[in-house]
Amino acid sequence: MALPKYTEPHYRIWHYIYLTICGAVFFFLIAPLFVIFPLSFNAEEFLSFSDGMKSLDPDAFSLRWYKDMIYGTKNPWGLAAKNSFIIAIFATIGSVLLGTVAALGLSSRHMPYKGLIMAVLISPMIVPLIISGVAIFFFMAKAGLAATHTGIVLAHIILGTPFVVITVTATLSGFDHSVTRAAASLGSDPVNTFMKITLPLILPGVISGGLFAFVTSFDEVVVVLFLAGLENTTIPIQMWTGLREQLSPTILAVATCLIILSTLILVTAELLRRRSERLRGINR
Amino acid sequence: MSSETKQILTTDGIPLEVSLKKAERKNKIKAFLLVAPLLFFLIITYVFPIGDMLFRSVDDKMVTQMLPKTFKAMENWDGQELPEEEVFAAFHEDFIKLVEDKREGKLSTQLNYTKNGFKSIIKKLRRASKKFEEGNYKEQIMSVHKRWADVEYWRAIQRRAPEFTGQKYLKGMDMYVNEEGKIVSVEEDRRIHRVLWLRTLEIAFFVTVFCFLMAYPIAHLLATLPMKYSNLLMICVLLPFWTSLLVRTASWMILLQQQGIVNDFFVGIGLVADDNRPEMMYNKTGSYVAMTQILLPFMVLPLYSVMKTISPSLMRAGKSLGGTPFVAFWKVYFPLTIPGIGAGCLLVFILAIGYYITPALVGGASGTLISNQIAFHMKSTLDWSFASAMGLMLLSGVLVIYWLYNKIVGIDNIKLG
Repeated sequence: MALPKYTEPHYRIWHYIYLTICGAVFFFLIAPLFVIFPLSFNAEEFLSFSDGMKSLDPDAFSLRWYKDMIYGTKNPWGLAAKNSFIIAIFATIGSVLLGTVAALGLSSRHMPYKGLIMAVLISPMIVPLIISGVAIFFFMAKAGLAATHTGIVLAHIILGTPFVVITVTATLSGFDHSVTRAAASLGSDPVNTFMKITLPLILPGVISGGLFAFVTSFDEVVVVLFLAGLENTTIPIQMWTGLREQLSPTILAVATCLIILSTLILVTAELLRRRSERLRGINR
Repeated sequence: MSSETKQILTTDGIPLEVSLKKAERKNKIKAFLLVAPLLFFLIITYVFPIGDMLFRSVDDKMVTQMLPKTFKAMENWDGQELPEEEVFAAFHEDFIKLVEDKREGKLSTQLNYTKNGFKSIIKKLRRASKKFEEGNYKEQIMSVHKRWADVEYWRAIQRRAPEFTGQKYLKGMDMYVNEEGKIVSVEEDRRIHRVLWLRTLEIAFFVTVFCFLMAYPIAHLLATLPMKYSNLLMICVLLPFWTSLLVRTASWMILLQQQGIVNDFFVGIGLVADDNRPEMMYNKTGSYVAMTQILLPFMVLPLYSVMKTISPSLMRAGKSLGGTPFVAFWKVYFPLTIPGIGAGCLLVFILAIGYYITPALVGGASGTLISNQIAFHMKSTLDWSFASAMGLMLLSGVLVIYWLYNKIVGIDNIKLG
């Protein structure tokens, strides 16, 4: 953001102060993530930079903790990763199905009690997780689903649907309903219209809602802490236990993998957002 | 429509108005059927269980079920003098049954909540009751300990007769019902919950303020920079947003530990002595720093989406009309961003007030919030009704803010990235 030539000196100074402040905030936001990366390659067991690392000595770096993560004796990460992925995938499918269909109904101008119903559907996102955790635990315990994968998947569907509802309703707000009427007038039945016309147009919103649901489930720890038994351990639970007991570099190796995963998700979500905005003709 | 005009009929002879209404109703049902699966799923698995918490929080059947005959006999007792033999006999009968089931310990814990001093006299009663003779239980029980002859203790038992009680809510506010049936506060040094509520509010408030102060300049920068730069900088906001909460907390644990990088830096620039490194974690500072960084994206995104819609020509107009850039900013730009400020602040405050994971890991004893207390009662003391009561107290606070949010911003205007 270049300043015009005629800017007076004290505004110029103010402008540089402003840029410095912004730089500092961006640094505060992003720098903590980059601390984990080098430390996960530490050859030693400490969680601070050794002298060898500071002088970039190659011997100070190793893949030791990554090996420990994958091959370590009695290591919980394999089972945790498997559980996390299974739970997140099923929770995402459930959230996307229920959320998308609900969003279609909500966007209809005929929908009665829209505000109230929207408030109920969004509530799992607003209610503090600890309260959701307690409530869902009571339900699952009664239904006999505590410490089962099914119970955790259902819990994560509850937590994930608000994101799908929000993103899909947002996409549908710019949706031109005359195309579905056109399809109907040409003799297409509602299901066919949805699959051939509506779905392709709202797909970016559906996928980005799905990504939110996936990340919500994959990251979720509060509710799982109430629900999970030993067999249902997930990556967040293992990280939580690890961080409480002792910070081992293996956790940093896992964390690095998670950062890479979130980068991939971020890139996908951004590409989708831009595509959907292009489709909706919003030029930002 | 005046009565003169002929009613418009559709081809099959039905008045148009009726026919339209019918179609309308059909559409309404169609729309509702689409929402129904999710709505019912949430009502069964989520809304009802929260209602269930309400029942649990006031549920006090435990003592009622342990002493059924006693409470039945107490119905005719006015609570002035010591109860009649009939009550003592009923109590003895209930008590013997409890001893057989080895549940008298639970009774003593429960009664001790109501009045201190029950623990020891129930233990004494259990030992003595083995040698009790039939008949005249009043004399026999009263001879076990002088407190059994004190009418105060019998009143304390009577207070536990109702099946429902609000005492868990009072406990959450560090209050209780005393012997005279008045609501009073516990002694000053035992008010742990009030301290926690205040601390939760304090931390949530200051985290919101810090987030606002940090987010405003960068949201402005992102909104005014050309696309190709702002997209790049946006990654700095979105990457933490998409990264696991535990990963971000872990990185703060590394940074803030005593031998950590932040302390190293402070020692390096000579701010603190090497042997006098400050504790930056396991206290309030840790909670503040980590929560601010973690919640910052939730402030930046709403601010950004509002600022993006403000035309730069407005600022130029303000300046051309003689305002200095500061005046133009304060009188023109800032008021236009207020909806974004409201949305961001409420969102961050709601999230901060219910935070659990981060304070539990970096907050230590002085940086934990009310959520940590709820989790503690759920997992350690297993006092689920107390956990429910505190959860609902927190929830009612959040719902008020949610309602405000809905008024100011509208639920439909929540934007994600």
